[in-house]
Amino acid sequence: MQKGETKQRKRSAFILLGISLFVLFVLNISLGSVYIPFQAVVKWMFGFQISNEIWENILMKSRLPQAVTALLAGAGLAAGGLQMQTLFRNPLAGPSILGISSGAGLGVAIVVLLFGAIQGISLAGLGWFGSLTITAAAFLGAIWVLFMVLFLARKLKNNAMLLIVGIMVGYASSAIVGLLQFLSTKEDIQSFVVWGLGSFNNLTWDRHTIFIPMVVIGLVGSLFLIKPLNVLLLGENYAANLGLNIKRSRLSILVITGLLTATITAFCGPVAFLGLAVPHLSKGIFKTADHSVLIPAVMLFGGALALLCHLIARMPGFDGTLPINAVTSLIGAPIVVSVILKRRSLTQ
Amino acid sequence: MENPDTLSLRTDNLAVGYDKINPPLHQDINVKVKAGEFICLLGPNGAGKSTLIKTLSGFLKPINGSVWYGEDKIEDISEAHRAKKVSVVLTDRVEIQNLTVFELVALGRTPYTGFFGKLQKEDVDKVHKAIEEVGLAGYANKSIDKMSDGERQKAMVAKALVQETPFIILDEPAAFLDLPAKIEIMQLLRRLSHEKKRGILLSTHDLEMALQIADKIWLLAQGRTLQKGIPEDLVLSNDFKCFFEREGIEFDNVTGTFLYHRVERQQITIKGTGLASTWVSRALYRVGFEPVLKECDWQIQVSNTSKKYSIHFKEELLGEYASIEALLEELGKQEALVKNFQ
Repeated sequence: MQKGETKQRKRSAFILLGISLFVLFVLNISLGSVYIPFQAVVKWMFGFQISNEIWENILMKSRLPQAVTALLAGAGLAAGGLQMQTLFRNPLAGPSILGISSGAGLGVAIVVLLFGAIQGISLAGLGWFGSLTITAAAFLGAIWVLFMVLFLARKLKNNAMLLIVGIMVGYASSAIVGLLQFLSTKEDIQSFVVWGLGSFNNLTWDRHTIFIPMVVIGLVGSLFLIKPLNVLLLGENYAANLGLNIKRSRLSILVITGLLTATITAFCGPVAFLGLAVPHLSKGIFKTADHSVLIPAVMLFGGALALLCHLIARMPGFDGTLPINAVTSLIGAPIVVSVILKRRSLTQ
Repeated sequence: MENPDTLSLRTDNLAVGYDKINPPLHQDINVKVKAGEFICLLGPNGAGKSTLIKTLSGFLKPINGSVWYGEDKIEDISEAHRAKKVSVVLTDRVEIQNLTVFELVALGRTPYTGFFGKLQKEDVDKVHKAIEEVGLAGYANKSIDKMSDGERQKAMVAKALVQETPFIILDEPAAFLDLPAKIEIMQLLRRLSHEKKRGILLSTHDLEMALQIADKIWLLAQGRTLQKGIPEDLVLSNDFKCFFEREGIEFDNVTGTFLYHRVERQQITIKGTGLASTWVSRALYRVGFEPVLKECDWQIQVSNTSKKYSIHFKEELLGEYASIEALLEELGKQEALVKNFQ
């Protein structure tokens, strides 16, 4: 009886999430600094020609790719965060816990700041080429850290040690970044800081040809990890006794989360908070520890929340777009605190 | 599950330890767990019980010799295969928010489920049956973080049951439980091993409980070879006495309990019969007297009046008391007075 009730509850939560996701996606496309009538947007979405070429350009080349970016980035970071929280059995873990975002930051810092210092070129002034270089650097930095973590994961038996190593990599990267900043020009530091604030509006369709497949691979891969993640809830010893190959599972989880984090951080900058918070919010709503529910749930929730944050960042009235990091943290932190307080009062 | 009757878990000159650099903790271990046997591994803290348990369940590699599950040597089989041979209940505390008893127990079906871990109807039935068997009927949808330690431990036993392994190994399953929960879980395990013909091995340092309930006992202490046998034989051969010998503590072969030694005991006569005088004797022993039947200077009389207990010194009545507590208190004072006097 009660089981039927919870099943019903989960189903309605999924439906609600799906609807919110859709509505937020449509809102992201409809709203912006240029006013486009809703009718025209709907017409365009159903594939009809609309008379205004400027509108069509804005929808196709700006709003749609941005909405897709937000959706995928949110889903990917949330899925990565959930996996890290389960793997490390630590509620404070997020996709950046492995030091991958720091690695990306280091990559960007080296390219942006070092180039500036040695060659005297400011990448910020190089436009399109400059920003692609930044993406590449971020990706290389992230992948480098990921490989290091994977290498260590094979050597270290203990997950807690891996966690500490990840955090240390983060500190070391920040230190090098700090050093580079100290040696750099104002303009270069500015462009590094801007990258660090995160943004969903840097992706053209060209870049989406890389971004979409990579993130989709990561998301689909996450679905394949449902069983090992569920077993890992009990801890590594129990998981091993239940027939799980711990090393292989851990490696798969790290590779998938690493791929998601590296890709998203490279293209959008280090987006804070989503990966840590969405799993908690989803667990609060769905009241389950079962990953066959949680993995799809965090993807939907992450996508929806990222779209909401992006919408707020581009609210009419702001000059341009607010840094996405500021929005995610400002919106999200109070939500998480309230969820935790509510849960506490329920259990006590 | 293969026919468990023909299977046994056994070791062949097994040596256990944490690494190959240091000498092994224990070596030349030759033991066997048969189907339907309930075995307690006993030993003081630091004896190496956990190391042996971990080696037998496959978490640690044998330093030497080998462990066999029926026809299979432990090192030669994959994790997936081993998961169908032996299930464990460990000392790791499982605290997961929003995980129900059903979901926890269902994880025991992992070795049998498909790629996404989806439960078939057969699995669901087995899980419900196991939950009932450990006495948690009606708890299926309860979240494990809202249950007592004893209930959670039963759920872990149910998880081991649905894993359908011929052997279940438990590391100190009753360690952090209160006495009633401890007795309950031990009786549950014993019943399951006999009824379901599983070979169950558990480690404990609760000797008195093990003596009463185990089919066989393995004794392990640092620097000694493992002793094994049925409890009564081990008592009669003085093995218990040797294993638990420490200064000030002695295993009493008559009662099967530990006695706590005081250096010199003042002899005291108990007069009276029945339950009350038995417990008075125990209380007196506990506080350091030696209750005897022959006549001595100090005497305690147990009668059926409202003030049951009276103290006599050299035939002289010193006081009457309603409770043993009051008796002991007064006796302490009187004895000190007399001692000072002498």
